[in-house]
Amino acid sequence: MDFVNAIILLLNYIFVPALAYGSQLALGAIFVTLIYGILRFANFATGDMMSFGTMFVILFTWYFQSVGISLGVFPTALLAIPFAIIFMVSYMLIIDKFVFKYYRTKKSPPVQLAMVSIGVMFVTQAVVRIIIGPSDRRFFDGEKFLIKAGEFKEMTGLHEGLAIKSTQVITIIVTLILVSTLFWFLNKTKTGKSMRAYSDNEDLALLSGIDPKKIVMTTWVIAGILATIGGALYGLDKSFKPFTYFNNMLPIFAAAIVGGIGNPFGAFLGGYVIAFSEILLTYAYRKFFMYLLPESMEPDGLIQLLSTDYKFAVSFSILVIVLLYRPSGIFKGKVL
Amino acid sequence: MRKNLNVIAAYSIMMGLIILVGIFQSWNIALSIFNLCLISAVMTMGANIQWGYAGLINFGIMGFTALGGLAAVLISVDPVQEAWSAGGSNILFSLFLIIAMVLAVRYILKNYKKSKNRTYIVASIIVLGIVIIRFISEPGIEAIENVEPAKTGFLGGLGLPIIFSWVVGAFFAGGLAFVIGKVALGLRADYLAIATLLISEIVIAIIKHEDWLTRGVKNVIGLKRPAPYEVNLQQTDWFINLVEKFNSSKLNIITDLTERQTALNQLVIEGSSVFVKLCYSGLFLVVVIILLILTQKALYSPWGRMMRAIRDNEEAANAMGKNVVKQHLLIFVLGSAIVGIAGAMLVTQDGLFTPGSYRPLRYTFLIWVMVIVGGSGNNFGAILGGFVVWFLWIEAAPIGLYLVNLTTAGLDDTHFLKVHLIESVPYFRFLMMGVGLLVIMRYRPKGILPEKIEIK
Repeated sequence: MDFVNAIILLLNYIFVPALAYGSQLALGAIFVTLIYGILRFANFATGDMMSFGTMFVILFTWYFQSVGISLGVFPTALLAIPFAIIFMVSYMLIIDKFVFKYYRTKKSPPVQLAMVSIGVMFVTQAVVRIIIGPSDRRFFDGEKFLIKAGEFKEMTGLHEGLAIKSTQVITIIVTLILVSTLFWFLNKTKTGKSMRAYSDNEDLALLSGIDPKKIVMTTWVIAGILATIGGALYGLDKSFKPFTYFNNMLPIFAAAIVGGIGNPFGAFLGGYVIAFSEILLTYAYRKFFMYLLPESMEPDGLIQLLSTDYKFAVSFSILVIVLLYRPSGIFKGKVL
Repeated sequence: MRKNLNVIAAYSIMMGLIILVGIFQSWNIALSIFNLCLISAVMTMGANIQWGYAGLINFGIMGFTALGGLAAVLISVDPVQEAWSAGGSNILFSLFLIIAMVLAVRYILKNYKKSKNRTYIVASIIVLGIVIIRFISEPGIEAIENVEPAKTGFLGGLGLPIIFSWVVGAFFAGGLAFVIGKVALGLRADYLAIATLLISEIVIAIIKHEDWLTRGVKNVIGLKRPAPYEVNLQQTDWFINLVEKFNSSKLNIITDLTERQTALNQLVIEGSSVFVKLCYSGLFLVVVIILLILTQKALYSPWGRMMRAIRDNEEAANAMGKNVVKQHLLIFVLGSAIVGIAGAMLVTQDGLFTPGSYRPLRYTFLIWVMVIVGGSGNNFGAILGGFVVWFLWIEAAPIGLYLVNLTTAGLDDTHFLKVHLIESVPYFRFLMMGVGLLVIMRYRPKGILPEKIEIK
């Protein structure tokens, strides 16, 4: 019985949260990796673009709530996402037309584009803060828990409860659907294939008659969808705050590089690698061992490898180690 | 003279703007802007050496700044004797173990051929070392943090004058840069940027949470000053006389004696804070001028030419027998050391060390905006960038307010749009920075004062 309790404990505090957090990171990481693979620059505006998309989700959610539309047990935000995506994608296309296009046609070095993306970062941050303000916002409504800890205890008669938030389930399901559609698109459709070809070898792709304008546009559209949904899911699960979104850029970068930048599948897995290692290394295992070990051997410390303050530092250290020993990432992306 | 005309013009406009702030707002504000401009200028010089001279992209400015600040704390704060006796020996022993561990790993890596066994041995040394170090340091850390946690709770520093920390900060930052450089300089440019950004976040995380060393988020306040204190100044005779002489025309109008005394007191209070700021300005100006002379000399030396050659064509420079890796490392260390000086200067000026305030937007990206806007590769440009961008960063709110009032002039004062816009005036600075950066990068990619290389 104690053994089951221990497993439930790990499920509750490590597995489920890490899976949800990993999915959110994975969406962001695929966004980074697509921009990197096809437009060939490190996009420092990632976090702020995600917060821009989420902002529209929130605005639409508020609008729907004010006119009385809701999805019942599901959060209204799910209904708002498609409308937000439209705004997000048009914002990205406008930015591309007025900012990035010039440098792309000039074939500027990637560093210059990265610098330009910092300018975009500043502007996006300002726009988000001017429109919705810098404060913490929760926009979740509907049923909060799928399984409550208390109900679970009653149901199974165990000591440990397992609480599963509906946002966590929504996050995982939406991520799986989105990512599998994306891979289907990249691997099976003509546009997807030409995108991969363009990412692999630009000159050769252009020679074989692939239209670069169409590729770039499709990339921004997909990126906009990923950024909006990733941001909205994170905001639903935790809360929306522009500053947190800016900071999330860092683990997202770590995930993209760990997975092998330019490789969407690697980025997908990289998100989970980062999320799981962050949570595994900073969790205090005291209770876990209390269930497993006999009473005489009970640990007195917290059995925590690193304090939770170092959560971010863990993912960055993993990144540094990966960069040192496998610069192309765990799942082989572009060689740096 | 002729060819330097744009430099002179740009600097006089900048000075004019600061003087205008002095006249219209107050000299206190003008001088605090000026001081931070000088500190920003030191930071941009550091970044400019790396980016402008050698094309290395360092997004870890924040980490080096924080290390400089840490140096200021460790140099100037008096040592906390109880803390040392409580846990000092454990900490020193752990430090010794860390050094021993690093040396052991180095020895193995050097003397044995690459094999699976070697990897396992190195890994086990590291893991074992970390476990032992944690075991030894933990009681020490706990004991130190329990020594009057509200007041100290850390080891303190050396109790030396804070000015020394400017040099020590440079060494701290340079040392970290050496380690980072060894690890990351082989990466391609944009990866170097990401790697340095993330490493600087790790540095901040450590500074924030290792309370026994830095007091963490509890902050260290009341650091010693290299300049006199306002309160002391207000009671010294020569200073009061000086203020009196300076404002004699104003004071002579007032005939009533008590009234004259209160007016004088007011002037002395204002004057004391201006005087203290002027002291800082003097100190900072000395640093900026020394650094400017050194960097200018370096730029036009054979070494500077070699750096530009490496920047513009690495392969060719390599083929000419220049050691690219070594030079990159050197310049990475030098530039970061300069940033470290700036970090120590910043903490010296504020008189407090707040690890929570180190954020990448302010200490990394804003510095980069300064470098790009000012003109990379040109020291005068870098300094100007520091001045212009910091000035705008501070004055953006008043300018934004003015613009909002202008554009919404037709609206009622209580109109929701106007109220909302006025509330979000502080964020106009981000907009201004972003748009400024984009415009400069598009239409004047070499910055306000572009790089000019003359062969002398």
